[in-house]
Amino acid sequence: MIEIKNVCKSFEHKEVLKDISAVFEKGQTNLIIGQSGSGKTVLLKSLVGLHEVSSGSILYDNRVFQTMTNKERKKLRQEIGMLFQGSALFDSSNVEENVRFPMDMFTDWSLEEKNERVEFCLQRVKLENANKLFPSEISGGMQKRVAIARAIALNPKYLFCDEPNSGLDPRTSIIIDELIHEITKEFNITTIVNTHDMNSVMGIGDKIIFVYKGEKHWEGTKHDIFHTHNEQLDDFIFASKMFKIIKDNF
Amino acid sequence: MRLFYHLGRYSIFLRRVFAKPEKHSIFFRQVLKEIDSLGINSLGIVLIITVFMGAVVTLQTAYNIESPLIPRSTVGLAARDSILLEFSSTIVCLILAGKVGSSIASEIGTMRVTEQIDALEIMGVNSIGYLVLPKIVGFLLIIPFLVIIGMGIGVLGGWFAVTFTGVVPTEDYIYGIQFSFKPFYIVYSLIKSVVFSFIISSVSSYFGYYTKGGSLEVGKASTIAVVSSSIIILLFNLLLTQLLLV
Repeated sequence: MIEIKNVCKSFEHKEVLKDISAVFEKGQTNLIIGQSGSGKTVLLKSLVGLHEVSSGSILYDNRVFQTMTNKERKKLRQEIGMLFQGSALFDSSNVEENVRFPMDMFTDWSLEEKNERVEFCLQRVKLENANKLFPSEISGGMQKRVAIARAIALNPKYLFCDEPNSGLDPRTSIIIDELIHEITKEFNITTIVNTHDMNSVMGIGDKIIFVYKGEKHWEGTKHDIFHTHNEQLDDFIFASKMFKIIKDNF
Repeated sequence: MRLFYHLGRYSIFLRRVFAKPEKHSIFFRQVLKEIDSLGINSLGIVLIITVFMGAVVTLQTAYNIESPLIPRSTVGLAARDSILLEFSSTIVCLILAGKVGSSIASEIGTMRVTEQIDALEIMGVNSIGYLVLPKIVGFLLIIPFLVIIGMGIGVLGGWFAVTFTGVVPTEDYIYGIQFSFKPFYIVYSLIKSVVFSFIISSVSSYFGYYTKGGSLEVGKASTIAVVSSSIIILLFNLLLTQLLLV
């Protein structure tokens, strides 16, 4: 479980996150939604410690991130898997080496054990016969799968996904969403996904937080979202004609 | 004020560079990779520069010594000392600041803008140590070999020049390059090259690491890295020459 309490973040004089509090439960796919520039990515990066928060606290299973020593943070980070918007695979390493990287760095496993784990992770994301290919030789969807495989390589407790559907076609987006959702349930991970894709919201959103201009404006499930009276959320969700039609017929 | 800002951040950067590597086996593998990528791959350009530089220095010296009172072997001596003292280390390192420096800055800069560095940090890896230390160590280890090869090839370039143009008898040139030889000149040149290689690899890594934005900024970081490394090399060249040759 991850809990954030009164988190604020400013860059010089610009306040990007304003007093955000939320709880992200274990075994659930938690979604942070909001328009571009609303502060979603800053919130996600603050959660994983890539940005230091200006005030407030972040608790990983009751362990306060802000008060941790560097050693404790390093240990915690080995419990975190992250899927970046652009996959962030290492260009100079092939698929297999990318997935094996965390094991090379943090385990004393034999090469055989590591390769076994690599095979397991790649099979889990349904990616086979691509071990020796480089990131530049595979499609965007395959890159996301490799990134997920790398993120789950060390059995993380927490999985963060920053706009996992960005740059993917609708069909591949759904496959990636389902994969994230399945992995969350299967390994009982606390997953937080940043997205503005309504298909993801309706498909995998066990819990949804709506961020508007750096503030948390709404919180609920994918079932609650159609009955909301929050004006900004309404504007955001029903921006497309298709969703307006769905709402009218709901 | 920007200078002090960069100096402060560079110092903090260096402190993280020299943190203990996560795994020594991976570190040594990375060092070997960098020796190949930064050093062995630069051998070609070092050979080309030094052979032409040696030839040109020899010819220029020969054409400028017109007095019958100065022995013709002076051409060999002057060319040898110029190559040993300056061309094989400073000029080669200035050229490598362009080749290696831009390569390091753009590689690390691209990793920064494509979030690969963030991915390393999230995993709990000291990204600066992991990416930069092998480059510095690898380049420091290979540069003396490049410089020594450059010295030999430069002198050989001079020999080619005198042989093919006949501006100085070959025997005089060979006598000149052996005359009054000071081994310390090689040590001096190696010391300079080691310092310069540290400047090239660390300064270029620094500018690459702190790139912000997209591909345009990667290009800018690469240019700044090359310009800054070159200026710092020239500054240290002056400083080391004063310190070592007094």
